[in-house]
Amino acid sequence: MNTEQPLVSINNVVKHFDISGGLLDQFSFKGGKLRREKTTVKAVNDVSLFVNKGETLSVVGESGCGKSTLARVIMGLYPPNSGQVLYEGQRIDNLSHNQWLPFRKKMQMIFQDPYASLNPRKTVRQTLEEPLRFHNPSMTSAEAADKIAEVMEQVGVDPVWITRYPHEFSGGQRQRISIARGLILDPQFIVADEPVSALDVSIQAQILNLLMELAQKRDLTYLFITHDLSVVNHISDRVAVLYLGTLCELASTHDLFYEPRHPYTRALFSAIPKVGEKRAKHIKLKGEVPTPVHLPTGCVFHGRCVYANERCVREVPALVKLSNGGFVACHGVEENRPMA
Amino acid sequence: MTHLLEVRDLEVKFALRSGDITAIDGVSFTLNQGERLGIVGESGAGKSVTGFSIINLISKPGFISKGSIHFEGKCISDYTGSQMRKIRGNRIAMIFQDPMMTLNPVFTIGFQMIETLQAHRNISKADARAIALEKLRKVQIPSPEERLDQYPHELSGGMRQRIIIAISLLADPAIIIADEPTTALDVTIQAEIMDLLQELCETENMALILITHDLGVVSQVTEKIAVMYAGKIIEFGPTDKVVHTPVHPYTIGLIGSIPGATVPGEELRQIPGMMPTLSNIPEGCAFNPRCELCEPICTQKTPELEEKQNGILAACHMK
Repeated sequence: MNTEQPLVSINNVVKHFDISGGLLDQFSFKGGKLRREKTTVKAVNDVSLFVNKGETLSVVGESGCGKSTLARVIMGLYPPNSGQVLYEGQRIDNLSHNQWLPFRKKMQMIFQDPYASLNPRKTVRQTLEEPLRFHNPSMTSAEAADKIAEVMEQVGVDPVWITRYPHEFSGGQRQRISIARGLILDPQFIVADEPVSALDVSIQAQILNLLMELAQKRDLTYLFITHDLSVVNHISDRVAVLYLGTLCELASTHDLFYEPRHPYTRALFSAIPKVGEKRAKHIKLKGEVPTPVHLPTGCVFHGRCVYANERCVREVPALVKLSNGGFVACHGVEENRPMA
Repeated sequence: MTHLLEVRDLEVKFALRSGDITAIDGVSFTLNQGERLGIVGESGAGKSVTGFSIINLISKPGFISKGSIHFEGKCISDYTGSQMRKIRGNRIAMIFQDPMMTLNPVFTIGFQMIETLQAHRNISKADARAIALEKLRKVQIPSPEERLDQYPHELSGGMRQRIIIAISLLADPAIIIADEPTTALDVTIQAEIMDLLQELCETENMALILITHDLGVVSQVTEKIAVMYAGKIIEFGPTDKVVHTPVHPYTIGLIGSIPGATVPGEELRQIPGMMPTLSNIPEGCAFNPRCELCEPICTQKTPELEEKQNGILAACHMK
C-alpha cells in the first residue's frame, strides 16, 4: 500500500438489503410447516479498497454486481451493515447528520441520468445556488452569482442560460449542469456513477474530455462507476472489478487490460467489441450470473469458472497482493493453476 | 440479379401540429441474401425509423411519404395491412431492444411461440411445439423443454433475448432486422448474443440488418455499414473500409470519439455541438455547423451520396 494516506478508503464494507417485505409476506409453508423467512439481497460483501489523492479509480462490473450500492455507501447515502468508510483517515460512516456536513462539501456525486437527476421545476440558477447557499450561509448574492457563472463557464454551459429549465437543454448539456452542481462547492472527491452511459458517443467524448480536464485543473479525485470498459481504459489509473458484490481484482489500468489475472476479468475483457476488429475469440462463461439473494458458497464465481475445483466451492478466496502491485481474489491464481 | 431487399429513395414524415417533419430523407440501400448490414448513428438519426418502415411498422402520425421498398422483387411499401402481415414476422422478422418488453409477461414462452407459428401456418399445436423446441435448441438454450412452460419473468435478460431470437426464427425468415438487440445487456452476454446472430445468419443463409449506436458491435458482425445523420445516409460501404478509412467528417469524428481508439488519458477527438433536431435541420449539408471542413457550398447545396474511395459512398462536398 501507498505510504501516503489514501483520500478515501473502505474496509470490509458489507451492505445487505432486506427485501422480505411485510410480516405476512415473510411466512411460507415448507414441508407442511409454517416458516418465517427473511430474504436479503447481498449487494456488497466484504469489499475493501482505497482511492489515493488525485487518482481516478474505476469500479467496473456487470449490472447487479453492487457497484452503485458501493458508491452510495461511500457517499453516506446508505449506511453499511458492517465495515468502515474513511475519509482522510477519519471514519465517516457512523457520523450524525450535522457531523456529516463538512464532508458533504468535500465529496460530491454525479449521477447517470441527467434527465432524472435535475429537478425539472428548478432553473439552472436555483439548482446551482441551493447547495452554495446551504453550505455557505454568509455568502452574498453577488458572490454566489459570480461563483455560479465561473463554474458554468468551466463546464462549458453559457452563463446566459442561467434562467433556463432542464427541459430546455439537450442530454449532454444537462450532464454538464449536473457536473456543475457537483463542482459548485469545490469538492476534492467526486463519485461519478455511470456519468456518460446515457449519452451518445460524440457527446460522451465531450463529457469525458471535460471530466479529465476538470480533474487536472482542480486536482480532483474520482471514483468512477461504469460498465463501459473502453471508457475505463481511457480515464482511469486503477480499476476495481466487482462480481456479485465481491471484489475479484484490483490493479492498475494497464496491468488489468494487458494482463488480467482473475478468470472473470479475463472473460469480461475479452468480450469488449473493438472497432475495426473482426470478431475476436472471446472467452465463453458457462451458466448465468447467480442472484445476490442466494450467493454461491466459496468463490462467488466458481459456478461459471472453467478452472474451478472443489476448493473454490468450499473456501472464499482472500484478496492476495501480486508482485505487480495488483490484488486478486482467486485460488487458481494463488496456487498458480495453469490457465490457458 | 434482383436484390433481396431494395429500399429506394425512402422518405418518412411525421405529421405534427406544427407541420410535417422529415425523419427519413431519401434513404436508399440494397441487401442481398445472407448479407449483414449495419445501420449506425446517434439517437435521432433515423436508424430505427428506417428499420420500422421496412416492415411498415410506422404508426401515426408517421407515414411513408415517398420512395419504395422492394422485397423479393415485389413492392411491399404499398401493401395493405393483411398483405403485410404475411411478410412481417414470417419472411422479415424483427428483434427489438428490450427483451423485458417484447415478451408478454402473462403467457408462457411455449404459448407465445406456438401462437406465432399458428398465425403464419396452418399447423397443429403438437407440430408447432416441435418446431418451437427445434428453434430453442438452435439458439442454444439449455433444457428447452422446460423453458417452453416457463414465463418470461423466470428467465434472465440474456436468456429472454435468446428466446426472442428463437421466435424470430420460427418461420425461417429471409431477413432479420435487429434494433439494438444487445443494448440492454451486459457485455459478456452481448458477445454471446452477437456470436449467435452471426452464426445463425451463416448457417441459415439469412440476411441481417443490425441497427445500433455501437460501432464496435457493428464492425465485428456486419459486412456493410450505413452511417446515418439527421435522417440521411451520409456514408455507406464495406464495414472494414468504413471503419479503417472513413470518408465523411462525421464518421471520422464518430470513430475518433470512441475511447478505445485514442491513447488512454489523451483528449478524445470530439465533434463540437450536437445533432440538429429534425424540425430544424440546417440548409445544405445537415452536418455543416459541426464540420471543420465546412465551406460556403456546404451551407447551400445538399451533397449527394456518391462513390469516393475504396468502394465507399459518402455525401460530402469536401471529399
